[in-house]
Amino acid sequence: MKQLKLIIKREYLNKIRNKSFIVMTFLSPLIFIGLISLVAYLSRVNNDDKQIVTVLDQTGRYANQFEDFDSFTFQYLNTSQQFESAKTAVEEQEGYGLLFIPNLPENQLKSKITFYAEDSPSIDLLRYLSKKIEDKTFEDNLKESGVNLSQISETSSNIDIRVENFSGEESSKIAGVLKLVFGGAAGYFLMMFIIIYGNMIMRSVIEEKTNRIIEIIISSVKPIQLMMGKIIGTSLAGITQFVVWLFLGSVLFFTVSIIFHVDLGSVDTPQKAMLENSGAMEAMVQTGFAEIANLPLATLIISFLIYFIGGYLLYSSIYVSIGAAVDSETDTQQFMMPVIMMLMLGVYVGFFTVINNPHGTVATVFSFIPFTSPIVMLMRIPFGVPLWQIILSMVILYITFTGVVWLAAKIYRVGILMYGKKPSYKELYKWLKY
Amino acid sequence: MSNLLVATNVSKRYGDYTALNNLSLEIPKGSVFGLLGPNGAGKTTFIRIINQITYPDQGEVLLNGERLQPKHIAKIGYMPEERGLYKSMKVGEQALYLAQLKGLSKKEAKERLQFWFDKLEIGGWWSKKIQELSKGMAQKIQFVVTVLHEPELLIFDEPFSGFDPINANIIKDEILELKKNGATIIFSTHRMESVEELCDEIALINKSNKILDGKLIDIKRQFKNNVYEVALEAENFGSLKEEISSKYLVSEAEFKTLGNELKMNIQLEESHSPNELLSFLTQKAPVTHFKEVIPSANDIFIKAVKSYNQ
Repeated sequence: MKQLKLIIKREYLNKIRNKSFIVMTFLSPLIFIGLISLVAYLSRVNNDDKQIVTVLDQTGRYANQFEDFDSFTFQYLNTSQQFESAKTAVEEQEGYGLLFIPNLPENQLKSKITFYAEDSPSIDLLRYLSKKIEDKTFEDNLKESGVNLSQISETSSNIDIRVENFSGEESSKIAGVLKLVFGGAAGYFLMMFIIIYGNMIMRSVIEEKTNRIIEIIISSVKPIQLMMGKIIGTSLAGITQFVVWLFLGSVLFFTVSIIFHVDLGSVDTPQKAMLENSGAMEAMVQTGFAEIANLPLATLIISFLIYFIGGYLLYSSIYVSIGAAVDSETDTQQFMMPVIMMLMLGVYVGFFTVINNPHGTVATVFSFIPFTSPIVMLMRIPFGVPLWQIILSMVILYITFTGVVWLAAKIYRVGILMYGKKPSYKELYKWLKY
Repeated sequence: MSNLLVATNVSKRYGDYTALNNLSLEIPKGSVFGLLGPNGAGKTTFIRIINQITYPDQGEVLLNGERLQPKHIAKIGYMPEERGLYKSMKVGEQALYLAQLKGLSKKEAKERLQFWFDKLEIGGWWSKKIQELSKGMAQKIQFVVTVLHEPELLIFDEPFSGFDPINANIIKDEILELKKNGATIIFSTHRMESVEELCDEIALINKSNKILDGKLIDIKRQFKNNVYEVALEAENFGSLKEEISSKYLVSEAEFKTLGNELKMNIQLEESHSPNELLSFLTQKAPVTHFKEVIPSANDIFIKAVKSYNQ
């Protein structure tokens, strides 16, 4: 135990004192926030740059129908102006474009309205224009046939379907999205953590081999102790790095948004802006918070920890045995492939099947397979998974984990003392019997 | 003298390959024991078994009469042939870490390191990184780390590789001093001249089998074949040589003397004593050189391995 502690301490200190590790720890959030701010800033500059759309409406029916939208403002020409002169005027003025509605009766207008622009116009703008014209035409037609418009808006009703589960808990569409975000983030985080720090452990195993210090150390401690010490030490360093990232990231995010008054949330779709206007955004945020509170948070956190530890240890012991088997990092490719594929499978199965049907056969089966279960099950849990399934999947995971660590320790024990050749899978199998 | 380490019928197989076959050895307390053999003979496997890095399939190894157990690790110091240190770690930190892994307390380790660093005049290296040191310098640190916990049994696998002659001498003297202080030393090498200098006992392993072991002197006695180098002052080399070869088995010899003498190796049969030969020779011509040929460790090594392979 004392030796395990010593090894963990050395691995941990060695990692966090490493120059590139320190640089990465402090630079990554800066770069990340910097990029986000830059994108936000640029998109604001982009929006600030007002673009003028000229409207030549010879029918006179659509005057003042268009309101400023995104970065576009509208200017209306006299209905009597000729098309040619309008076109030259817009060109000279270097306006964004010219919307031309010729003086034709409504039934002929359908395919005659044209938008002239130097560059191909924004699709959002075109959609907006046609919607406005359609709406106006629709209204006019109704009026013509003698329909009272105010009556229509009175009789129409907004139906909002409520969703409840059988035990009476309310949920909503937003909740579905939220659950997906929670589960997805957890699964994705786990995958990233495994890949980044699994690789780090693997490299440090290879380093011990190439430094030729390994035999000196395992004449003092058991290989399994060294292996576990490395895994635990490196993961602690990884967690430290993530905590620093989280902390620095949020501090920077906050500071940047205050100092530069850049609304970092504004990097978003126009739909959001529309929702905001109608006050629906507020409502959504409120239901969002309510839904977060409704999520089985305790179950989520506990199962996240259990799956995180189990999944991470399972994969990192595989990474360790790969490191032990080879002499240099370039030799790791053939063994890395299956590992990465398994992780990818977990994430893709998670994202594609859990969205459609969190309790479908595929999603359920993959949440029991130990190599994908940490990711897939984490994605399913927010949607409510029976307790027996969670427990069964965890038991399978931890049994497999024990088995894999046992196998990995065997490969590790033999591999660390083998120099000079890249083993095949067949040889690895033979090592298991030494 | 009792034995520190006794191995009985130790076998180790890797798949179809037999690395050690029924090896039995006794290593007396306080001796320097030479573990010799060609590359791939099984020396390193045996050393790893002693260090409990691998375990024998059959047989047992006793240390001080007890079966090897994890607690014995602290009593063994091992300097492997494939050795190195963490390149980016500081010398002092690294030495402390390795000493603590062997069970020393941090304080104790620090004191002893101070002593050894002063002794080998490397005190100034404490906060240097290994990558800043030369290979020989790193080897010195390795030596210190091996002996720091004052083990009863020291195992050196090719200890002199990587050292210049001056440093090799320093290390050799340190090894002899450790022996004087009561340590038992297993010494594995290809360099036979250092075997002659250091070893009391040897074992020769070839192709997984022990082919020879015992006290170095006894083995030399066993391998000598009653050959004597003689040099005679003579007028006529040819007639003298003829005369001698009529009575004894004579062969060409190569050794250095000061004058221009007739040199030869003379093989004595078991029934003859060296005195008979000497008195015979003195009657013929003045004898300036008369010496029994003692087989060197090198000769024994080559002869034993070759005859085994045939």
